[in-house]
Amino acid sequence: MKLLKLVPDHTNLDFMRWRNLALALSLIATVVSISFTIYRGLNLGIDFVGGEVVRAEFVQPVHIDDLRARVDRLGVGEASIQALGNDRTYQIRLPKPPGPETASNAMVSKLRVALPQQYAGARVDAGESVSGKVSEELADDSAMAIGFAMIGIAIYIWFRFEWQFGVGALLTLAHDIAMTLGFFAFTRLPVDLNVVAAFLTIIGYSLNDTVVIYDRIRENLRKYRKMAIIPLLNLSLNETLARTVVTSLTVLIALGVLMLIGPEVIFGLAIAIFLGVVIGTYSSIYISSPVLVWLGVQPDSFLKTEDKEGAEAQTA
Amino acid sequence: MLEFPRWKVWLIAIVIALGVLLSVPSLIAGTPLGASWPKWMPQYKISLGLDLAGGSHLLLEADAQDAQKQRLQAMEDEVSTELRRDPQIEIGDISTAGGRLSFLIRNPTQVDAAVERMRNLTKPLALTGTRDWDVQVVDSTRIVMTPTATGSAQALKDAMGVARDVVRRRIDPSGTKEITVITEGGNRILVEVPGVEDPEALKRLIGQTARLEFKLVDLSANPTDVQQGRAPPGSQVLPMAQGGGFMAVKRRVMVSGDQLVDARQSFDQDGRPDIDLTFNTAGARRFARATQENVNKPFAIILDDKVLSAPNINEPILGGRANITGGFTVQSAHDLAVSLASGKLPVKLNVIEERTVSAELGADSIHKGVIASVVSVALVIVFMLVTYGRFGVYANIALVVNAFLILGIMAMFNATLTLPGIAGFILTIGAAVDANVLINERIREEIRRGRRLLDAVETGYHEAFRAIFDANVTHVISAAIMAYFGSGPVRGFAVVLLIGVVTSVFTAVYFTRMLVALWIRRTRPRELHI
Repeated sequence: MKLLKLVPDHTNLDFMRWRNLALALSLIATVVSISFTIYRGLNLGIDFVGGEVVRAEFVQPVHIDDLRARVDRLGVGEASIQALGNDRTYQIRLPKPPGPETASNAMVSKLRVALPQQYAGARVDAGESVSGKVSEELADDSAMAIGFAMIGIAIYIWFRFEWQFGVGALLTLAHDIAMTLGFFAFTRLPVDLNVVAAFLTIIGYSLNDTVVIYDRIRENLRKYRKMAIIPLLNLSLNETLARTVVTSLTVLIALGVLMLIGPEVIFGLAIAIFLGVVIGTYSSIYISSPVLVWLGVQPDSFLKTEDKEGAEAQTA
Repeated sequence: MLEFPRWKVWLIAIVIALGVLLSVPSLIAGTPLGASWPKWMPQYKISLGLDLAGGSHLLLEADAQDAQKQRLQAMEDEVSTELRRDPQIEIGDISTAGGRLSFLIRNPTQVDAAVERMRNLTKPLALTGTRDWDVQVVDSTRIVMTPTATGSAQALKDAMGVARDVVRRRIDPSGTKEITVITEGGNRILVEVPGVEDPEALKRLIGQTARLEFKLVDLSANPTDVQQGRAPPGSQVLPMAQGGGFMAVKRRVMVSGDQLVDARQSFDQDGRPDIDLTFNTAGARRFARATQENVNKPFAIILDDKVLSAPNINEPILGGRANITGGFTVQSAHDLAVSLASGKLPVKLNVIEERTVSAELGADSIHKGVIASVVSVALVIVFMLVTYGRFGVYANIALVVNAFLILGIMAMFNATLTLPGIAGFILTIGAAVDANVLINERIREEIRRGRRLLDAVETGYHEAFRAIFDANVTHVISAAIMAYFGSGPVRGFAVVLLIGVVTSVFTAVYFTRMLVALWIRRTRPRELHI
């Protein structure tokens, strides 16, 4: 059987030649993403701003305007209604009820009773109600978790490699998260707790490629002490290219399936990780590696520690 | 490389067999096969999260102000009871305003004695040396009792423990349902009830404070004053539960709901729903004495500071049994009976978060999740096969074994599978082959460099392991942080990722290495097709 080789043997692509162009593009994309996130804002779900969401299923197709008119008449506050895939499944989102921060739940019950009265056979499939207090905590916790994960991983990389690699990992992560945030701000896809879980996953998985490439760079730094840094990076990237492509493809195949035919409740999670893997693959080549050049990593940068280790090994 | 001792082969085989065996009950649950699984086999099962099984999730928070108020009231009762004891000390102008209890001692010579007796009412707190209340004398005749911060914290902690048990008894009086009731973060209770899709009944049941008190009606009160909310000293004005209006009752409690051993819904002689109460010995004795002393006087039955009814005491009630009526429906009488029997909720609880999912939506999610998992696994298997041939087959065997191991370990720890957990499962499937990709690509590379077959395989496994290890540590860091900060479904996702990291290193590195070693030893291949 002839085996599939997506990447031919002995590639010799000059990745680093375009590093400044890639940097410029990445910078622009990051700035655009961040400004989108700031000015347009994320479509934050009730998990983070409080409020109530009801997911209703109807037996007959229902027109959105008709549903909106009837929901408005219930006096449950300003409802935002969205069809979920077809005209028989809708998501009705209601603002936080007035009153103390601990008040919740009032309106979901109202809809639960009212919808089957208005539409025969209608069913409330899911109802969520989050008070302002809880949503604030969830938002704080999520931001903190993402921050801790980024710093924790950067510290681990620093500890396992050198400080320049730690900085590279941190910048790569910041880039990946900013881009994914920008995507969510641009598409107005709702951001809920599952999407935060996806962000944390991206932090773990988008660094996968970076770790593999860094490992190869470290190996080559030891092996080819006379080689200049740019060719050395190119060599490392080419050597790991086949693996980068194959792994990214398997992960994307699995996530693509989940995104296309998986449960729609976790569509946001699936698309976020999918995107994170694509961005992570790019940034492992064009962010993680060039950063080492800018931070002045030279083939002999770590020679001193190497020699010391060697000496210790000999005496031991 | 080739030296793969027999015991290691056996060990790996046993681990895999165990994983498969443990995962089977979860896989066949709900199918006809489920019933035929032998009883002597392991029965561990993965439990489904509420987002897959359907049910209600409630997060309750203690109302701190209410807790403080109740504590002051309880202390007020204790103080009046204590000072009425012989030698009696007369007090006046008692107030609980400003979060502290203060009262005047009428006879200045008794102030020191009163302070002494108040100090005895307070309790020392373990280890800190402070007491739960601070007793001070102000303006030489006024005693002020302030709850200390540590005292309040301790009281809240105790109250939450009681509240948790009360909530559990209220939702599940028979103690047979699979519900979760746990305290969280000091002042919260998390309630998860599978199968309940409308949480309203649940909330009504939990929310009832159900503070039941029997007090004598103050007949000396002037009716006009009572309607205007003014009561004679030692009495208080309470609203009627039905029909409006007010009634003056003595402050002193004859007997309270704390002293019940049982309460159940039944019907009175006219067929109206009522509640039968049974007091414990102490309660029965108090009730008997109070009714003996007050024959032909009315007493008020008070629920949550509202007067339900005020029947006349026709004869002393000695058996420790009573029944209360008050315009109940069968349902409300039943709910109230459950609340009374479960004990008084020591603190008011507010619902601050609520999520429900119907069983239909949950089943739909499982269905779609299973299909997506199967399709992903199939596609990844085909992809690995066409890319790496024989080594792809090994990676695929490892992949399938890995899937069973994840399920088996989850079943063993009775972990909860949530909807994001299914996503975590699929992601793990996609990412777990990464280890094999790393190894196989490295072997290809070493062969291109001209190494001999055995040497190339050896170097491939050895050199790839470093990167595999580091990459997996980064996964563990992010998943562990997720498990720590995340709640419910997200934690379920993190748990699957964590288990997947461990099992995938085992299957992708050790297990495939064994397969490769056994193959090479058996066939002694001359060249490698990879």
